[in-house]
Amino acid sequence: MAHADDKHGHVADEDRRDILFLATGATAAVGVASAVWPLIDQMNASASVLALSSMEVDISALEPGQEMKVSFLKAPVFIRRMTEEDLATAAAEDVGGLPDADARNPNHPGAQATVEERLVDKDSDIIVLSGVCTHLGCVPLGDGAGDFNGWFCPCHGSHYDNLGRIRQGPAPENLPIPVASLDGDILKLG
Amino acid sequence: MGTIPQEHYEPKEGTTAKWINDRLPIMGMMDHLNKFPTPKNLNWAYVFGGILVLFLVIQIVTGIALAMHYRVGEYSSFASVEQIMRDVNYGWLLRYAHANGASFFFIAVYCHIFRGLYYGSYKAPREILWIIGVLIYVVMMATAFMGYVLPWGQMSFWGAKVITSLFGAIPLVGESLKVWLWGGPFVGEATLNRMFSLHYLLPFVIAGLTVLHIWALHHVGNTNPTGVEVRKQSIETVKKDTVPFAPFYITKDLFAILIFLIAFAFFVYFAPNYLGHPDNYIEANPLATPAHIVPEWYFLPFYAILRAITFDIFWIIPAKLGGVLAMFGAIAILAFAPWLDTSNVRSTTYRPIYRWWFLVLVIDFFVLMWAGGMPAEGIVPLVSLLGTIYWFAHFLIVLPVVGLIEKPLPRPETIEQAFNEKYADKDDADRGPSGTAAAQPAE
Amino acid sequence: MKRIIASVLTAALLASSPALAAGKGYLKDHDFSFDGMFGAYDQGELQRGYQIYEQVCAACHGMKHVPFRTLGDKNGPGFSDAEVKAIAANFEVPDEEGDPGDTRPAKPFDYFPTPLASGNPPDMSLLAKARAGGPLYIYSIMLGYTGEEKEVGGAFLYENKAYGGYFGMAQPIYEEDVEYADGTPETLEQYANDLSAFLMWAAEPKMVERKQAGVWSISFLILFATLVWFTNRKVWAKVKHPEDHA
Repeated sequence: MAHADDKHGHVADEDRRDILFLATGATAAVGVASAVWPLIDQMNASASVLALSSMEVDISALEPGQEMKVSFLKAPVFIRRMTEEDLATAAAEDVGGLPDADARNPNHPGAQATVEERLVDKDSDIIVLSGVCTHLGCVPLGDGAGDFNGWFCPCHGSHYDNLGRIRQGPAPENLPIPVASLDGDILKLG
Repeated sequence: MGTIPQEHYEPKEGTTAKWINDRLPIMGMMDHLNKFPTPKNLNWAYVFGGILVLFLVIQIVTGIALAMHYRVGEYSSFASVEQIMRDVNYGWLLRYAHANGASFFFIAVYCHIFRGLYYGSYKAPREILWIIGVLIYVVMMATAFMGYVLPWGQMSFWGAKVITSLFGAIPLVGESLKVWLWGGPFVGEATLNRMFSLHYLLPFVIAGLTVLHIWALHHVGNTNPTGVEVRKQSIETVKKDTVPFAPFYITKDLFAILIFLIAFAFFVYFAPNYLGHPDNYIEANPLATPAHIVPEWYFLPFYAILRAITFDIFWIIPAKLGGVLAMFGAIAILAFAPWLDTSNVRSTTYRPIYRWWFLVLVIDFFVLMWAGGMPAEGIVPLVSLLGTIYWFAHFLIVLPVVGLIEKPLPRPETIEQAFNEKYADKDDADRGPSGTAAAQPAE
Repeated sequence: MKRIIASVLTAALLASSPALAAGKGYLKDHDFSFDGMFGAYDQGELQRGYQIYEQVCAACHGMKHVPFRTLGDKNGPGFSDAEVKAIAANFEVPDEEGDPGDTRPAKPFDYFPTPLASGNPPDMSLLAKARAGGPLYIYSIMLGYTGEEKEVGGAFLYENKAYGGYFGMAQPIYEEDVEYADGTPETLEQYANDLSAFLMWAAEPKMVERKQAGVWSISFLILFATLVWFTNRKVWAKVKHPEDHA
């Protein structure tokens, strides 16, 4: 053991001890942090959950005027192929006069709730809606239900039109559109 | 006897510490723990208590995380463990740390127990401290056994079946006790469910017992390699024999913990299945017994004792019951060590005869461990029987008799004296003949 | 006392060594790419091993804990998304939306199905961890056939040196049975190596991450321990050598 015997050596010794203590403390902090991280991260979505966070739906069998319901992320998603007539009625509506003029479409953020902006793809006749009422989370009835021939939520009487826009009742917003894209007859959700 | 005098904690007027401490004396408790007078001559055999506390925390924390993903059930347990290993973020790390953590927990507890036996840590006034320790060990074994059942592999299933069947050996009530434990006439979903429930509960029982264990320790104080008690007459005499726990034993225990963790990390990261059994990666199948059922390594010595009794004892205790009694007796007998040991010397260092018998006990432990891991054929049953006989003879014959006939070696008067002599020698060696300062008493 | 502690550790390890539990069979000697502290899976090896699994083993052996999506793992076979989709579509899985008994082509999030086969062929998800010797056992089985066979109660049994006797699986693959696109020699040894590696990956898909984390963790612990060693020495110096600190 090399111990400093003279006065100068003593001072150097004290300094070294301070640096040593700091370094040890800092290393301990790094060690604790890296031991804690796996315990936090294990609560994040696991690979098997993430694997279900996107989904492909074959919509080739969907005729104009028909709709289907799929389960995506443990919630219903409505998919409807619009008829020419549907599109015409929807287009005739003045967007400015709607209770919610926002398209609520993450695929076209900030857009107005026009026919083009509500459809999954401007050139398509497919509307995709999250089937969760924006009022209190019930699942609305479809197939032209309600006073506006779209969807109707039986819980508190919210009426949505055929583009899923809120027209009457307590719901504050249009039915939101999930992240989706269309590739021919394959609809990709998520 | 009595507790070690320690400076009274008095927070300054007007501080937050004072405000808190007047309402809940937790600051005083922290101060007591920090400044706890610990013999200054503790050697590296005294580090396992700290390691054990850390491993209890590791096991509880990783266990809680695993329980967030584990799905208990005959048809879901095995698959959910695989999902943890494959899909959960760091799931492989959590599971391997938990499984190997159990092994390292037992390595540390065996070191801790044999340290206690060597330095006479069980002797007055530490009998209750020691008995609580034995209880912790028993609950640890129960917890580890139930935890091993949870993956519902072949060894899980057959281990559960074989060990719970032991209770069937108890006269009169055995059969109904077994059915009660199983939750039916077979080991199945009901058995697995209760194992999970208890496996989650028992670690907190261990934690509670650990608090009692440390409470008792802080009342009577640590032993030390000389076996000479701290001089408790006054705070001044205490200071000559001890150092405050912080920082001296914080840094020392931390170093030991890190060395232990390096070995642990080696297994977790590079040989995670080495201490396990390949059959437990086969899903439980009640129709096919593995060729050779072996428990986890830490149960092997007692498993050997269980299998050693292959004959009826005194024509009245059937062999099956005899094995069960011997196994539980071999653990329970530890609790009687304080009264079986007749020596008035604590530390085996000063016991020239007993020290050899202690070595025999350690060897016996490993011989039994070896025998427990081998198929019961050839020489193995005989070795198990001899090992079992010595295990009991050590406590029932050697401890009382050697204490009476042995002439102990001279011991130091005080811890201070022993400590100073040790470092005086070292300093002399370091400095050569000119180093005279070291011979002076510490001040 | 120190020696006793050291022997506790050593003996505990020896007593629990899986070598003691190994069967009566005879294992070959072989170095795998993933052996040792720094060993990692070789992507080509895993992709060829998968090819053998699909063309030879999958007829009888399932892998019910392995999802198709993991075939794209970068530390695994590393197939592209399109390849994973195509591989999954080769397998039929139960269609939970159809009538009972209906099947549909698998999707990446599905798991390898268990085929209907006689004689309970073991599931291969964990085979490389469920046998003493691990991947080496699989390697040795593939090269262990002697060509001897016998008939017991109407069933044929085949002798295998690695198994150490007769068992129910006939030699599953011979030289040049599986065609490798990358020009790797189509020998039995190569097949055995590639399949064993693939099954080791199937059983332990996080091995590469684990070893990488291990190198970092142990290096960190050694650094930390060194610092604490010097800190501890400094802390104790005043008590052990009070004359130096007068």
